[in-house]
This record gives sequence, structure tokens and C-alpha cells, in this order.
Amino acid sequence: MTTLIVNGVRQTVDADPATPLLYVLRNDLELNAAKFGCGLGQCGACTVLVDGQPVFSCLLPLAAVANRPVRTVEGLGSPDRLSPVQAAFEAEQAAQCGYCIPGMMMRAQALLERTTRPTEAELRTHMSVNLCRCGTHMRILRAVRRAAVVMGGGVQNATEPVSTLAAPPERSA
Amino acid sequence: MEAKLVTPRRRQEWPSGWRLAATAALVLALAAVVALVATWRPAMAPVTPPPPSSFDRSEIARGAGLAHLGYCAVCHSAPGGAAFAGGLDLKTPFGDVYSTNITPDAETGIGRWSQPAFVRAMRQGVARNGAHLYPAFPYDHFSEASEGDLRALYAFLMTRVPVRAPPHTNHLIPPLGFRPLLAGWKLLFLRPRPVEADSRRSAEWNRGRYLVESLSHCGGCHAPRNALGAEERAHGLTGGWSEGWYAPPLDATSPAARVWTVERMDAYLRTGLSLSHAAAAGPMGPVTRELSAAPPGDVHAIAVYVSSLMAGAPASRAETPGQDRAAAAAKAYPQGAVLFAGACAGCHGPGAPMMLEGRPALSLGTPLYEDGPRDTLQIMLRGLNKPVGRAGPYMPPFSDSFSDAQLAEIGAYLRARYTDRAPWPGELTREAAKARKEGAS
Repeated sequence: MTTLIVNGVRQTVDADPATPLLYVLRNDLELNAAKFGCGLGQCGACTVLVDGQPVFSCLLPLAAVANRPVRTVEGLGSPDRLSPVQAAFEAEQAAQCGYCIPGMMMRAQALLERTTRPTEAELRTHMSVNLCRCGTHMRILRAVRRAAVVMGGGVQNATEPVSTLAAPPERSA
Repeated sequence: MEAKLVTPRRRQEWPSGWRLAATAALVLALAAVVALVATWRPAMAPVTPPPPSSFDRSEIARGAGLAHLGYCAVCHSAPGGAAFAGGLDLKTPFGDVYSTNITPDAETGIGRWSQPAFVRAMRQGVARNGAHLYPAFPYDHFSEASEGDLRALYAFLMTRVPVRAPPHTNHLIPPLGFRPLLAGWKLLFLRPRPVEADSRRSAEWNRGRYLVESLSHCGGCHAPRNALGAEERAHGLTGGWSEGWYAPPLDATSPAARVWTVERMDAYLRTGLSLSHAAAAGPMGPVTRELSAAPPGDVHAIAVYVSSLMAGAPASRAETPGQDRAAAAAKAYPQGAVLFAGACAGCHGPGAPMMLEGRPALSLGTPLYEDGPRDTLQIMLRGLNKPVGRAGPYMPPFSDSFSDAQLAEIGAYLRARYTDRAPWPGELTREAAKARKEGAS
């Protein structure tokens, strides 16, 4: 039995210590935001935060996590209370098939927690680790720039002006 | 009137301690003046930036190839910055030195440098204005380049796009910011010796040796340095350190498990991957990217020369057979086995897609056979570059995934599973912490 802290909650799972964290999150804890894209640390669809750092959860064995706090998209916010990153991705309609998006959101979250005013170059280099096959890169970048404005300083040398005008659509209760 | 014996007034005598101090001060002042005069280099007159059309096109093309062979762009470009515009922070044991702008910009680059000024900079480490240059710029190697090659490099650089990029301020341990001190360093350590051809060897071998000793400056990483940062060139490429990585020996003490034939070395230098060894790691990544664009004949010449240096290495007599002692390694390092199974086996394990694609097994690569774990740890921390010119998987960094203790466990496990060598000595967790700190960009 292994104990780990996920989204602020202490969880105990009965899994082989070599099991990658991705499978533990999805199979044992039913936190299905993180996705299996390649299983080889090449695509980033499995990206979660461990101790504030973005990691490929498909390559992180359960035995290595220990008591380092794990955070997934489910821990950023809830449908009624979206976090700035989640709200920005929704407002910019950054998802097409949506498969890369949870990884993109967690990678963006890590950047914006580290710096409130990234430069455009920093933003692109940071996000370039995660792949998107549908080609919604420009919307994803707009979403991260929007989140940066909401969370603090915005993006320096942004290649597009950041829109914060369109509010997320009203949701029925 | 009495005649008095009048003692002539004695000259006021200083106490002997004061006299000694005054003499010493005078000698020092004279020595300083002599030193400053000896270290002073004249400024060379600035010229009007020569128009690109004034250079011969074939000379420019030759210079382009030489610039790849010397990897000028690697140091003289900052991440995200324009090519050759400088600004890269070179962390040395003496502080941070920033590379300069060598585009032909008139104000912030070398646009106003005459050809003799450029040649003097490359040969003697003196800027156009007479300032001494820090040997982070390897003029101790470039001093051995031929006049013709330096002229071709000048033609190439002066025909690049001028970029306005003012120089950064170096942050050196005082008093190293005082450039005339470098003249003392040069007096002690700068020994220009033109590379003389060895008539017993082929023209290609001699070309390789010329490049290795001059523009390609392999010894800059692959040879040891003394306490003042000067390369110890007397014994050849016996191994050295660069940016937190260990550059293994390229001579008879090479620890490689597989022999470096000319073909394997040529493939490695041109593509960043040897199927009989491993992928180019750390600082060798940018080197092989540059060499992939250099004239293939010259890269082959380097391969001929360097592989000949390792002709006496153990692998030349008998290649170490590939090992995979999974059970024994798992018994000795059970935590390492667990971590490997979850993190590494997906690419490196038998039957993994990457292995089926033909990538070399871990038992072939040199890092696990080196005397210390530094390169193995750095590869795990930083990952690897993609091979040049081919799509394919790259190894991602694991610095955020694993603690130092976990990296040490995996490293020890790899050494036990894939080599026939004894475990690395020393405290591996501490080695991991050092690798993490020293390789950080």
C-alpha cells in the first residue's frame, strides 16, 4: 500500500510501486484528466504537477512520488469555480479534440506560478514540450496569455494583444 | 674666537624600515609601469564596414564551412537570440563571461574590424581596441589556424546580417575584471605552435589533426586545465570537464566498451548518434549539430585522426560484450530496479519501441563505463538532444521527477545491470547533487 497526496487529499493505493503515476491517477483514483498519449515522455498529454514542477506522469513510478504533492486539472478548480487557467482555456475555446488540453493546462499553471510576467519567448519555449495534433496552438497561447493577465502581470512582448473582454458563457446551474 | 669643529649637518636619515618600504614601493611602481607598458596593445584603426560584395564568394563559402567546424555560432549566440550576436553566459570557475557580438554591426559588432584586427584577435586574443580577451574564447587553439583559414572566416563573418546587440557586462571574481592581467596569463600559457604535418601519415589524417588542434578545439573540453584555467596540452586529449559534464579521454585510456572505428566516429560526429555507442550528450549535442553542417570531408578527416588516437584503447583489443544482468542488479539495487521499470523501461527495456527501432542498448554507451557517474547522472537530469536530421524520440529530462537519492539508486542499478565494472566509488547521492548544481544552465 502506498500513500500519496493528490490535490491536497491524502490517498492510499494498492498498486505495484513501479506503476507510473498516470495509471494510478486514472485507474485507482479515477482522476481522468491526465491522458495517455505516448507513454514515452514525448507528447506531454500526461503532464501533472509534482511539487510544483510539471512532469510526465507516464514516466514517474509511484515509488518515486513519496510525499511530494501531486496536482491535476481536477485540483485547479471545479465546474462552478474555474481557476484562471481553466477559465481562460474555456473563454478562448482552446480545445478542439481536447486530448492535449489537460497537459497544456498543467504546464501553463506551472509557468504562471513561477513567474507572473513571462516573456512571449519564455511562454513558447515552456509550452513547446507539449504536443497538439489538432493544431489549436494559437488558441492555447491566447488562453495562457489571458490567464497570465488575470493572475498577475501578463506576457511581455506578447505577439497578440490579450483579450479579457469576452466573459465565459453563463452556465445553467 | 674659538674654532669650533662644526660637524657638517647630516642629511636627515629615515629609519631603515621606512627606507625599505620606500624602496619596495618604488620597485613595485616601476614594475607596474613596465607591466602596463608590456601588456599594452595598440588599438587598430577602425575601418568602414566592408560591403559584402567586396568578398570573394568561394572564400565566403569556405569560411562558412570553417565556422561550422569551429562551432562559432554555439558560443556566440544566446538562446533565443540572433545568430552570432553574442550574449551567451559562459559560466567559468572565475565568474560569468558573456560572448561578444561577432556580426558585422558597426557599433556593437565587428563591423569596423579590419582583417588584420580579426586575425590578431583569433591568434593573440586581443580585441580591435587593444583590450585583452578572456581565454574562455579559445584563442590558444585558434592561434594554430592558418592565415588563409582565418581570412576565410573573416569573409564569412563580415557577410552575415548585422545585428545590433550591445555587449553584456562580465561578472568575474575581482580583480579578474582588470584585463591587463590577462597578458600575464598569456605570457605563462599561450604557446602558439603551428600544427606541423606528419609525413608518415595520410593527408586526411593531417587535415584532421590540424582541425582538432586549431578550429575544432577539442582539447577545450577533452583535456584537463590547471588552476588558472589554462589547458594542459602536453599529454593530449586525456579527458576534461565542461559545463558540468565530463568529456572522456580520446586516447588510449578511452573507457569506451566498443571500439571507435573511423565509420562510427564519422557517423557520430555528423548525426549525433553512434549505433555502436550512444547519442551525443550535453555539450556534444551542439557540437554534432554544427559538424552535421560542416564539409563532410573535413568531418571525416577529424574522425580519421581522433579514432587513430584511440587505437591503443582497451576496446580496440577486445570489445566488451553487451551485458544485461537484470536479476543480479535488481537484487543489489531493488529500488533502482523499481524506478527503472516505471520510468526507463518504456524506452530502454528489451522489446521497447525505441529498441526495436535500432537504438543502442545501454550496455554499449560509454557513460556507464566511465570512472565516475557524472555523465550518467547528467543524462538522467537533462535528457538528450534529438539526433541531427532524423525524426525520432528524444530523452526528456528527469530533474523534476527524481530526487538525488533516487537518481543515485538508478545510476548504481544501471552500472550493475549493463556493465561488468565495479560499482562507482563515493557517495552517489552527493554526486547527483553536484551534477544537478554544476550542470544547471
